[in-house]
Amino acid sequence: MKTVFRNKKISGILSVLPETKISFEEEISNYNFPEKQTLRLKKVMGYKQHRIVKDETSTSDLALAGLRHILSKGWLQKEDIGAIVVARSYPDYFIPPVSSILQGELGLPDDTFVIDISQGCAGFVMALIEGFMLLEHLKDKKVIAISSDVLSKMVSKKDRNSWPLAGDAAGIAILENCNNDNIIYTTINNDGAMRNALMVPAGGSRIPSSVDTAKLFDENNDGNLRCLNNLTMRGSDVFTFMQTKVPPMINELLEYAGVTKDDIKYFLFHQPNKFMLKKLAEKLGVSYDKLPMNVVEEFGNSSGACIPVCATYNISDLLKKEVHTYCLAAFGSGLTYAGMVLDLGSLDFCETYISQY
Amino acid sequence: MNKILEILKDIKPECDFENSKDYISDGFLDSFDIVTLVSEIEERFDVLIDALDILPENFMTAQTIADVVAKNGGKIE
Repeated sequence: MKTVFRNKKISGILSVLPETKISFEEEISNYNFPEKQTLRLKKVMGYKQHRIVKDETSTSDLALAGLRHILSKGWLQKEDIGAIVVARSYPDYFIPPVSSILQGELGLPDDTFVIDISQGCAGFVMALIEGFMLLEHLKDKKVIAISSDVLSKMVSKKDRNSWPLAGDAAGIAILENCNNDNIIYTTINNDGAMRNALMVPAGGSRIPSSVDTAKLFDENNDGNLRCLNNLTMRGSDVFTFMQTKVPPMINELLEYAGVTKDDIKYFLFHQPNKFMLKKLAEKLGVSYDKLPMNVVEEFGNSSGACIPVCATYNISDLLKKEVHTYCLAAFGSGLTYAGMVLDLGSLDFCETYISQY
Repeated sequence: MNKILEILKDIKPECDFENSKDYISDGFLDSFDIVTLVSEIEERFDVLIDALDILPENFMTAQTIADVVAKNGGKIE
């Protein structure tokens, strides 16, 4: 689906990170691989360090910490909140939704529209799209679009292919109606035939969690130990999907928006790993410096929150001062791939917040 | 070709690449090994491998790897 939104804008972005930082070297002995072989991946994939939440922290904690920070700074008033959209893949509970937890904890009125979207890496873009749609009905109220996840709790620490790049974070954007001529161009796509390339096999109604689903095993005889409750990924399939589907989507989106690659200040993409992003930049014919790819090495891949983390970490000053045209793109479980071209800048706030979690 | 075998042995010294007819089905290379291999090849052959060429079937033997390198402008001696 392609569509446009008029007279809407993002007025602030906050990314929320856990305080615990673990280096790649600290964990290298956890894996069933020769150290030399594993160290090669450090450079190629961008394994340097990642931020992981404490054992007792859940998805709503990061989002709530961020919202309280925003409110305490006076960047948002409670009475201005019309809706909360939360994209997440690993909620606190199956019931209630994370968005209900946030509404309850903040003491927001009952007529606040709250909704969870079950989405992974494309979560932030999906939350923005849902939020812009809701703004059509909210007049002067604002939408809080959130992507929050604690991916580390879904990944096996004995899985060398996934654990070093797993990160936890929340990204929060404030969306509001405005009177400028800004048009936001979006595209959302899904390849459901490829859905099993990225999945957590157990824990839902198909295979409920049990003692058996918690047993670690070497599914592919490759030395990586996972259980059925863990995230599993067919790396080659995901890579091919991304390189095949995303570049044409971006090219079509730019054409739809009537802009060229030169018109785009930065390409703010989901951050699966450095290698994938370099190949994506090459395929798109975009220079590496216009497509930031340092989130995995600094913080880990925090699923849907990667785009706000990328924005606040790399270009917060620019986003507070000047308005430019940006291209966002995200891709992941589903397999969903989505993009957005929009003017972004003069933000009320754009900050990376290190939480107590 | 020797250069490719050198890189392969450097990455996975425990594997008998000379006598394998399929590095993938023999379990010598997984997707992460392929990524490491591509990165080494790009550095040593001074080429950029097209993302759409990074498929398991192109990394089954030293010959198929050499073909990919040549296709992307690398010089195979």
